[in-house]
Amino acid sequence: MRDLRATRQDFPILQRTVRGRPLVYLDSAATSQKPLAVIEAIEGYYRTSNANIHRGIHTLGDEATEAYENARAKVARFIGAPSPRGVVFVRNTTEGINLVAYAWGRRNVRADDEIILTEMEHHSNLIPWQMLANEVGARLRFVPLAPDGTFAPEALERLLSARTRLVALPHMSNVLGTINPVRAVADLAHAAGALVVVDGAQSVPHLPVDVREMGCDFLAFSGHKMCAPTGIGVLWGREDLLEAMEPFMAGGGMIREVHWDYATWDEIPHRFEAGTPNIAGAVGLGAAVDYLEGIGMAAIRQHEVEITAYALEALRHLGDVTLYGPRDAQRRGGVVSFNVAGVHPHDLGTVLDEHGVAIRAGHHCCQPLMRKLGVPATARASFYLYNVPEEIEALVAAVQHARELFSGVRAR
Amino acid sequence: MASALDDLYRELILDHYRRPRHRGRIEPYDAQAQGYNPLCGDDLTLWVRLEDGRVAAVGTESNGCSISQASASMMSERIVGMTLPEVEQLIGAFKGMMLQGAEPDPDLVGDLEALQGVKRYPVRIKCALLAWNTLIEAIERTRGESGGRPATSE
Repeated sequence: MRDLRATRQDFPILQRTVRGRPLVYLDSAATSQKPLAVIEAIEGYYRTSNANIHRGIHTLGDEATEAYENARAKVARFIGAPSPRGVVFVRNTTEGINLVAYAWGRRNVRADDEIILTEMEHHSNLIPWQMLANEVGARLRFVPLAPDGTFAPEALERLLSARTRLVALPHMSNVLGTINPVRAVADLAHAAGALVVVDGAQSVPHLPVDVREMGCDFLAFSGHKMCAPTGIGVLWGREDLLEAMEPFMAGGGMIREVHWDYATWDEIPHRFEAGTPNIAGAVGLGAAVDYLEGIGMAAIRQHEVEITAYALEALRHLGDVTLYGPRDAQRRGGVVSFNVAGVHPHDLGTVLDEHGVAIRAGHHCCQPLMRKLGVPATARASFYLYNVPEEIEALVAAVQHARELFSGVRAR
Repeated sequence: MASALDDLYRELILDHYRRPRHRGRIEPYDAQAQGYNPLCGDDLTLWVRLEDGRVAAVGTESNGCSISQASASMMSERIVGMTLPEVEQLIGAFKGMMLQGAEPDPDLVGDLEALQGVKRYPVRIKCALLAWNTLIEAIERTRGESGGRPATSE
């Protein structure tokens, strides 16, 4: 296993215990833990440079503005964006997708147009498009998944037509772990005259991501899943598209000239950042990018492939465990959803918590996918750079304990 | 560690989970109600029949964890034969025990006391309450019909 073990020292929370046991945190797909470098960057900003940005004619205002815009530049470099102008700070992935659905979608999607999604969508990449489709009379279509939780580009090709305005899909599924062929999707969609929105919530924190290599038109992701604080996220958009878009929200900080009856808009990306933004959050995100780049995204990806392969093998070995998603760790991210015969995922979650093992149990904001899998819920263990093989062993031992506790219960 | 889990998953609870009582729809029934827990996806349908002002029969169908299933099973077993005021008193005592930490009256709650272990796990309390909140809805519906109030769309 690639040795990222030393990174555990960077995360103060990993030193704590839960119910008398060392914390085994296997819920990073929900939110990651935060390294000291990020915590200190936020604290440092408030201790020394706090002021509003793009406004004050004073030193603190300059420092705060510089810190905020530096973070934007770091994010742009991190995702291979041509320039920081395409990087819009939002609260999270959900807000980024909603921004596209409102500011681009309401102007460009009309009655009888089609929006193509996949059967693995998180509610955040489904409901904004449902609302748009219902409002304008457009239709949603869904790329069907194969039994292993993947789809081939040909499955998308069959749905594309002259009516398709948009293809929106996750780069990586938060339930199945599947890594989707975004480049091939983008090429097919563009050939059909459609744009591509990528939900990068699960991929940007875990893989090297380059928007030019992916060929997408929009990419949304959240800071809190990549070592940054909650409340800061990013929508990256192609600059020519952003330039043509009207604001999503209006207020201070996004205008050029205001009269009683009309206003003109500021340049991108500020046009989309009405009101005082989450400055400290952006500073934290910049520090998180520095931290992740210091380790290297390729190294993090390699580590997660290895620990995921180890977890898949260990859980499969238990028997009576149903695993969802691709079998090959190379084709998936560090997310393993599973069910144990005779043990409801919530009961599993509670027993695991007693062992100090934190997992997620539920529908993972993917109710239509759960219905397709034919289960009300699953358990999900997810990994990040700081997880080590002993934690997989703790997971497996806790799952064994749950099985013993519920032995004699037949799966219903 | 074993003791906290053993307290949550007492043998009585596991027994009701393994062999749930009063499963399935009953015919005829006076009221039907559905409960759903959007956070975890647990769902429950409950049917109740009254005779001479007492619960004559109750049936449930549900998907959910051991706590929600056992709670529904134990509740069903307990309320058969009770008058509606007695059922409401029981609901009050059970919810008081689970939500306010009220000391349960042993004569009233009986073996439902076994579900107290759930209190140590705040996110699971709603699992234990699903059947009870559905029962409240069902009782209101029996009143709606017997009281001659305007019928709902049901």
